[in-house]
Amino acid sequence: MSTSGSLPDVLAPRSRAPGLLAVTVVLMVLPVFLPNAFYLDVAIRIAINAVLAITLNLLIGYTGQISLGHAGFVGLGAYGSAILTSRWDIHPGLALVVSAIAAGVLAWVIAGLILRFKGHYLAMATLGLGIIISIVITNETVWTGGPDGMSVGDFVMFGWQPSGERQWYWIFAALLVVTIVLAQNLVDSPAGRALQALHGSEVAARAMGIDTASFKTRVFVLSASYAAIIGSLSAHYLGFITPGIAAFPHSVELVTMVVVGGMASVWGAVFGAVLLSLLPQVLASFEGWETIAFGVILVVTMIFLPRGIVPSLAGLFRRPEG
Amino acid sequence: MLKVSHLSKSFGGVHAIEDVSFEIPRGGVYAVIGPNGAGKTTLFNLITGLYVPSAGSISLAGEEISGISSNILASRGLSRTFQNLQVCMNLSAVENVMVGAHLNLNSSLLAGMIRAPGLRQSDRACRMKAAELLTFVGCKKFVAADASAMPYGALKRLEIARALAMEPKLLLLDEPAAGLNHTETHEIEELIVRLAKSGITVVLVEHDMRLVMSISERILVLDHGKRLAEGTPDEIRINRDVIAAYLGSEVGET
Ligand SMILES: Nc1ncnc2c1ncn2[C@@H]1O[C@H](COP(=O)(O)OP(=O)(O)OP(=O)(O)O)[C@@H](O)[C@H]1O
Ligand SMILES: [Mg+2]
Repeated sequence: MSTSGSLPDVLAPRSRAPGLLAVTVVLMVLPVFLPNAFYLDVAIRIAINAVLAITLNLLIGYTGQISLGHAGFVGLGAYGSAILTSRWDIHPGLALVVSAIAAGVLAWVIAGLILRFKGHYLAMATLGLGIIISIVITNETVWTGGPDGMSVGDFVMFGWQPSGERQWYWIFAALLVVTIVLAQNLVDSPAGRALQALHGSEVAARAMGIDTASFKTRVFVLSASYAAIIGSLSAHYLGFITPGIAAFPHSVELVTMVVVGGMASVWGAVFGAVLLSLLPQVLASFEGWETIAFGVILVVTMIFLPRGIVPSLAGLFRRPEG
Repeated sequence: MLKVSHLSKSFGGVHAIEDVSFEIPRGGVYAVIGPNGAGKTTLFNLITGLYVPSAGSISLAGEEISGISSNILASRGLSRTFQNLQVCMNLSAVENVMVGAHLNLNSSLLAGMIRAPGLRQSDRACRMKAAELLTFVGCKKFVAADASAMPYGALKRLEIARALAMEPKLLLLDEPAAGLNHTETHEIEELIVRLAKSGITVVLVEHDMRLVMSISERILVLDHGKRLAEGTPDEIRINRDVIAAYLGSEVGET
């Protein structure tokens, strides 16, 4: 059997270049069309949510492990950075790394405790964890400022101190593109296939030599640390954080983005983030209605497009096979 | 190759396997037969580490393996297919087969994310190999298909291709011909013969007696979890206990 040469056409994975190019171009020219800081801020929040939704989708959509506490890890990163930089005067870069590691270790411990059980224990555990984290943040007033929130100093990296929406926009835009590439790489790698295989059939995955518990743990740790890093950066960007960043509604929002946009789809997560981040802006004048709109969108997609918007639509456009 | 001694497994009050002993020699096809509920699948699940035995021992190439988890056993050259399909419907046909090669690839998450040097080449080679295996098992026309778009018969072969991607020494096939028509069964038969010829020891659970009798070197007959008989097809064919258990129907005819 020869395994050299190039892949026949039917085997070549669909090219990712067009999508990546499109999103890069959009991100590059977008600032030109955004008249003021308000719109840049909206764009930044969309990018942040998109990155978080992608990392959450690795867990939920690809590996089939539901997390209802993703915002808890975001909050851990945000408050970790805020507290370490302001109370201990630790360098923001180091604070970010320390917070990410702390989130990863916490995720690793949780996974170790619950992965021996089967079923939806991760959903329960992360639900509990998220709630505990936000209660701690709310109650430890001395450290966190409690419900009133706390201010966060500037970020510094390699002597550069980003300030203003415009500079932060480029940071988060770059982060989004990098995250899309990393996630797509992972999905199309041996590790990514192992994650998807254990979702598809856990017994088959194990029979093929995949240490399923280890993979579940590792992807959970990965998504938790990644969320913490985004939390740290968001905190520095926002300059002021409140416990809401770690709270349950924020977690639900992120899960909704994944489910509506598309399970097991990187673009789906991005689309879901764009849609559900814009929604509150569009509905801002109808105070209180956005929650209902969220619910309606979630229910409607789950009924009519159960795989999420992007995968369902993609499926419609490529079915001509014989 | 594989030695099973006094193996038992019970679920609550059900003795699915009771004091079963046998030995599978290296090479060739070894069949396990028995009426529905005899314990054949349970035996497979015990051998492949999905279940932990209640008693007894299993040794592979002289080493005790009972109680070792299935992913570790895979690295010792043990592979299998499933009676109730266990295909990953969220992956394409080729990707399913590539999963079978998991142990030969760099499966670090970080390496995957940054597409570490060498990963692209090894993955590409793995994809080619997977396509060849699909062709080998007779699924050439589904090489580019999503698993969820494939018919039942093709999925049965897909599972064989996936199991082969592991390059196993011992391959356990749980009813590979179930639900297949005449032609398909014949093709599977040829496939199994080719596998055995290539040096893989095949353990076959199958209800199709003609298939079992024509390709197996030895046969183990289970009934109600117990060993009823063991021997060559000719010995099994004339065994009174076996004929009685099958009420003289299938075995007697062929
Ligand atoms: N996980 C389980 N829990 C409880 N009982 C089980 C379990 N697995 C198998 N059994 C029982 O063990 C007995 C043997 O089942 P098994 O599936 O091994 O039979 P089989 O020989 O493969 O039958 P078939 O030809 O129908 O596939 C049956 O009575 C079954 O109900
Ligand atoms: Mg069975």
